[in-house]
Amino acid sequence: MTLEMFFQHCFNALTLGSLYALIAIGYTMVYGILRLINFAHGDILMLGAYFIFFGTFAYGWPWGVAAVIAIAGASVVGVAVERIAYRPLREAPRISALISAIAVSLCIESLAVVVFTGQPKPVLQPEWLLSEWTLGNVRILKLTAFVPLITAVLVAVLLYVLYRTKPGLAMRAISKDIETTRLLGVKVDNIIAFTFCIGSALAAASGIMWALRYPQVHPYMGIMPGLKAFIAAVFGGIGSVQGAVIGGLALGFVEIMTVAFLPELSGYRDAFAFILLVLVLVFKPTGLLGERMEEKI
Amino acid sequence: MRFNTSTLLSILVMLLGGLLLWHADAFLGDYQIYIIKLIFINAILALSLNLIYGFTGMFSLGHAGFMAIGAYVAALCVLTPEQKEMMWILEPIMPPFDQLFTPFWIAVLAGGLVSAVVALFIALPVLRLGDDYLGIATLGFAEIIRVLLTNMTPITNGALGIKGIPEHATPVTCYIWMLITLIVLARLLFGNFGNVLRCIRDNEIAADVMGINVFHYKVLSFCLGAFFAGVGGALLGSHLSTIDPKMFNFLLTFNVLMFVVAGGLGSLTGSLLGAGIITVLLEWLRILEEPMTIGSLEIPGVPGMRMVVFSLALLGIILFRREGIMGTRELTWGKLAARFRRHPEGGRA
Repeated sequence: MTLEMFFQHCFNALTLGSLYALIAIGYTMVYGILRLINFAHGDILMLGAYFIFFGTFAYGWPWGVAAVIAIAGASVVGVAVERIAYRPLREAPRISALISAIAVSLCIESLAVVVFTGQPKPVLQPEWLLSEWTLGNVRILKLTAFVPLITAVLVAVLLYVLYRTKPGLAMRAISKDIETTRLLGVKVDNIIAFTFCIGSALAAASGIMWALRYPQVHPYMGIMPGLKAFIAAVFGGIGSVQGAVIGGLALGFVEIMTVAFLPELSGYRDAFAFILLVLVLVFKPTGLLGERMEEKI
Repeated sequence: MRFNTSTLLSILVMLLGGLLLWHADAFLGDYQIYIIKLIFINAILALSLNLIYGFTGMFSLGHAGFMAIGAYVAALCVLTPEQKEMMWILEPIMPPFDQLFTPFWIAVLAGGLVSAVVALFIALPVLRLGDDYLGIATLGFAEIIRVLLTNMTPITNGALGIKGIPEHATPVTCYIWMLITLIVLARLLFGNFGNVLRCIRDNEIAADVMGINVFHYKVLSFCLGAFFAGVGGALLGSHLSTIDPKMFNFLLTFNVLMFVVAGGLGSLTGSLLGAGIITVLLEWLRILEEPMTIGSLEIPGVPGMRMVVFSLALLGIILFRREGIMGTRELTWGKLAARFRRHPEGGRA
């Protein structure tokens, strides 16, 4: 393998890793607060991708406008899912909420099949993203530089919200102790809805870039990225945003580099993430940056 | 076993059911027989998942993986060497498997056993996890099994799958396997073994403190559940006569989960009812779908409106009636007799 190819693979890995990271943040935030695996998260990504497809292709809006509308639409769906399917079960056993999450996920997917039809649709990539920069011998598709850049900006904004604003403080408080936070006068329900809103917006942003990178949308496109991003969140330490970013990037590198160096394993690509998950859960269940959760007896 | 009225009645009903099924061809059409077989197979699957999740409290989402193993092993056992030589067109089939040829009941048993052995290897690392982590890890293993099936072309024929599996799974065969599952599980679960499992489900730490070897029992329950999942998968493969790796995806596990949740977690009769009602309901919902799918027939086997209603139904059950049809109660003869008095306790199965 030449050095140029290695750099190219690095950029591909960085792009894929950024996409995983953005999705993983949503999982980790929801899990940190509600201890719930939001199975519908991957489907929010799918909706974001579909919204951008219809915005740009069917209605001919400019990309910027379509992206904002797609993100807003997906956030509304994310908040609605929380309101309808998760909030009534907050006091129920955790597994009930998990089954509810699976049901919602399936519902969104099958609705998408009914509304958008099951046939994959091609996404038109804008011209300016397909041109290349050349650095010496390395050619970089603008898209593969653009995705990590947007991700970095979004993560920076999120970290600012989380650590420098009042709602962010409330979120962190809820993840420590929901009842005490409520007693302190925080409107817990609103903050949880806000968390879902942020998570869904990031998933939609990831979905939009996913649709640009792998230019196709179909109703089941969110399942695998969703599962893998959850694994990335577990790997990084569930509940930690920084951990989710690191986990997402790590997963992106593992997938791209293994296939790059060992092409004969490419058929097993989808299994890597799950093997990684089992290894993490067996050897370090709290992940890289996760805190140990005390189990109350 | 004490031969009281309940037991005798149960045996009588079982024999009567078998007799009716023996002559099912005489008064039922092909479609009805198809559905009846599906109900029995789904009942086996529901019972096995209920053992793992409803009685032992291990949230396993790996059922489709075990079913896949059962289906593939059984298919490899029942196909003749000539058929296999013709079907494996991508790569020739590997030596020990090309000559394999057994009767159907051995094939089903082998499917279950291989599935249980795989479950043992999965259980050792994974069952130390709890709740949703366990769910994701088992789901991960089911996906790994699927990826392996797709890539181990010399054994599994890769993505093409296996076609033309002989239809040994007659209604009576399915019925007998369902009865075996039901009787084995009932004998186990309404004895001390069942009490231990329920104790682990309700409070693992208390069970541990009382001196129960929690891990040992969890592994046992998981492997037994995987065994019957493999049996169910083997029957399903023979019933559908075609299997491929794509078929055993997460949706299949989800279907089984739906039977169990609808029937009632921790109720054997609930699982039977859940499997029966939902299988019929799913078939009936096809009517709903006919005009809707004309535009979306592009993906075969992926239903449209039917799945929307199906998922909404599951959502409704979990939101408004979390205990399902039966809760943890069992339907018994005593209760049937006393149903007008509405006695809350009733007899035990």
